[in-house]
Amino acid sequence: MEKDQSGTITAVKVGGELGRRIRDMGIVPGTRITIMGRAPLFDPVAIRIMGGTLTLRNSEADYIEVEIA
Amino acid sequence: MSMSTPLTIALAGNPNAGKTTLFNTLTGARQHVGNYPGVTVEKKAGAYTFPRGDEATIIDLPGTYSLTAYSVEEVVARDYLVQEKPDVVINITDASNLERNLYLSTQFLELGVPMIIALNMIDVAQDRGISLDAQKLSALLKVPVIPIIARSGKGTAELMTAALDLAQKNAPWDPLYISYGEDVDLALQTMAQRITTAGFMTDSYAPRWLALKYLEGDSQIRDKGRRADPAVDTELQETVTKVSEHLLKTMETYPEAIIADHRYGYIKSVLRQEVITHKFDIDRLHASDRIDKVLTNRFMGPIIMLAVLLGLYKFTFTYSQLPVAWFAVFFDWLSTNLNTLLPDGHLKSMLISGVIHGMGGVLGFVPLIMFMFFGIAILEDSGYLARVAFMMDRVFRIFGLHGSSVMAYIVSGGIAGGCAVPGVMAARTLRSPRERLATLLTVSFMNCGAKLPVLALLTATFFSRSQAQLMFLLTLLAWAVALTAAKILRLTVLRGESTPFVMELPPYRFPTFQGLLIHTWERTWQYIKKAGTTILAISILIWAMMTFPGLPQSEEENFTRQRQEVAASATQATEALPLKEQLAAIDTAQAGSTLRHSLAGRIGITMESVSWLPGFDWRTNIALVGGFAAKEVIVTTLGTAYSLGQTDPKGNASLSETLAKDPHWNPVVALALIVFVMFYAPCFVTVVCISKESGSWKWGLFSICFNTAFAFLLATLVYQGGRLMGLAG
Repeated sequence: MEKDQSGTITAVKVGGELGRRIRDMGIVPGTRITIMGRAPLFDPVAIRIMGGTLTLRNSEADYIEVEIA
Repeated sequence: MSMSTPLTIALAGNPNAGKTTLFNTLTGARQHVGNYPGVTVEKKAGAYTFPRGDEATIIDLPGTYSLTAYSVEEVVARDYLVQEKPDVVINITDASNLERNLYLSTQFLELGVPMIIALNMIDVAQDRGISLDAQKLSALLKVPVIPIIARSGKGTAELMTAALDLAQKNAPWDPLYISYGEDVDLALQTMAQRITTAGFMTDSYAPRWLALKYLEGDSQIRDKGRRADPAVDTELQETVTKVSEHLLKTMETYPEAIIADHRYGYIKSVLRQEVITHKFDIDRLHASDRIDKVLTNRFMGPIIMLAVLLGLYKFTFTYSQLPVAWFAVFFDWLSTNLNTLLPDGHLKSMLISGVIHGMGGVLGFVPLIMFMFFGIAILEDSGYLARVAFMMDRVFRIFGLHGSSVMAYIVSGGIAGGCAVPGVMAARTLRSPRERLATLLTVSFMNCGAKLPVLALLTATFFSRSQAQLMFLLTLLAWAVALTAAKILRLTVLRGESTPFVMELPPYRFPTFQGLLIHTWERTWQYIKKAGTTILAISILIWAMMTFPGLPQSEEENFTRQRQEVAASATQATEALPLKEQLAAIDTAQAGSTLRHSLAGRIGITMESVSWLPGFDWRTNIALVGGFAAKEVIVTTLGTAYSLGQTDPKGNASLSETLAKDPHWNPVVALALIVFVMFYAPCFVTVVCISKESGSWKWGLFSICFNTAFAFLLATLVYQGGRLMGLAG
């Protein structure tokens, strides 16, 4: 996903500690997600979700599947 | 009612929802900070008096996003609710980010605790075009919902009245049952039945909640279950495995994912019933986002960050200089007075060298720590610290650390001249345990202010032509070594997956002054309390090591005779000055002999059997032993040790000159010593802090052994390498 792009989460394909953490923070299917920007070294990435801003590493974001709209 | 035991009210909510602000508003200065037993999570309690006179104890639970056993904070919050059963839980939520905040609320509802929801920062939400119908939300969730603004105190009176009403109802816990879809619901039902019939931990937990935790793969509950009744635990686990396999096969998903999805589904279904209306597009850029466009910009961001960190550093170390000097003057005054008041002897020596210097060492840091914590509190409360972590994470991750580690490194001396004590304490802002421990254990490699005199002395003596460049190189070396050591630790003793980075970037906010002061004071006080007691004991111990056993009778007499001879040969008043000098020379010589004879001195001499490897003689060894008390001591101890056996009767050649002339010393030895001083055992104040912050003396001890071994290896490489290259001429 590019900067300023938005979409709807279709699936979060990870379990365990990371999966739980991601879901706790509101990253669940059906939620709207927007890329806010990236850190100076392109990683981590900042996203807007449910009115708040979250940051996660690219490797962690890879588990999130999004339908861009 | 007003005379009965005080009510307990627990504040719970997401980090950044304004929980601490509400706590400060309600309790003001009537706070008490402690620790939950066995963990390093702070336990904050405060007193609150209702207008009608009823008393309440308010517990500020750690901020969490969930009630699973993901972090220590979550376990602590959950255990508190289940075991202590507070009369009321005030769940504080950020009204501008309600959907996510209600995720935790839903879990409180599932637990069944008597709860009130405080919709905090309702003003911010309104500015963002979000309007909320508190009454409707209250009707749908069946709990009181009160809009508040914690910063100004607006709505808190209504909130507390509602809390009192709810507490006085004394209703039994009433868990909410959310439907998790056919598969999970069925499993829950089967498991809950089994739990009820077996009476499996039912005295602490509700059966369905317990079953839910099993399905969520909650490690803490499973451990407890295994201990309580292994047979039932196995049975429950079998059900979990069966439904997990089924879900994975049919839907490629996990039970905990289904549970989270349905919780959010429940929240969405509530909010959709005209509870929340957005006037603007939800993705609209807020003021905070516009600030971020600059502060985390690819080019400007790092530059501004460097400036901010430098500023914090300047602020701390410049402005604390004066109060630090006052402390020094005060302790000097104290020891001078004691010196004249008390008769010579061990008591005086112990009070001055052990107690006053020891306490001075601890209390001398206090202004520094206060300034630093004040600066960090501003960065933390304003939300900037999270951005620093965001920008630095990519670099620090390479070494198995976290973006937030940068703060601790800088403060410890990442820019030469810091101090590891506040640095270790700055690591508190790190939430991930392994990364935090790796940071704690490596920040002491930085060039703190106390190492600088040693480095300055040695570089000036042996590398006078390139001193500035060398000092700069040594700073870079410190960074390289600290980060490499962190990597080594993360690959060995602290091995393990990196903790998920997922973190909130809270909107920028102006910190409240009250919040900053409370933050600063409570951390400073903890330092004084924790460090003060242990350090006093250790500094007396080190004093004893450097004093006992004293010189044998014959040598004492020898020095007394020398003094008398000097005094006798200089009866004329005109020779008063050289006489004073000669007497002083004898004093230092005696001090040197005493040191050599003491336990520390004997250790130093014994250590020569290994210390020849990095090229240190016994005098250096003593200084290094003393340096464990405080690195500043190295130079003075070296001075005392080298005054011993002086041929120059005046004995007033500077230490630098003495070292330059001494045949044992050369640039290679100096470099080996520099490297050793930089990386060997942290000073004991730091060790105490590491132990306290990591929650175990094991890690304090580890840092002593690991660092010393590491430094020894490095110094040996330098010395032996230099000798092989024929540089030790």
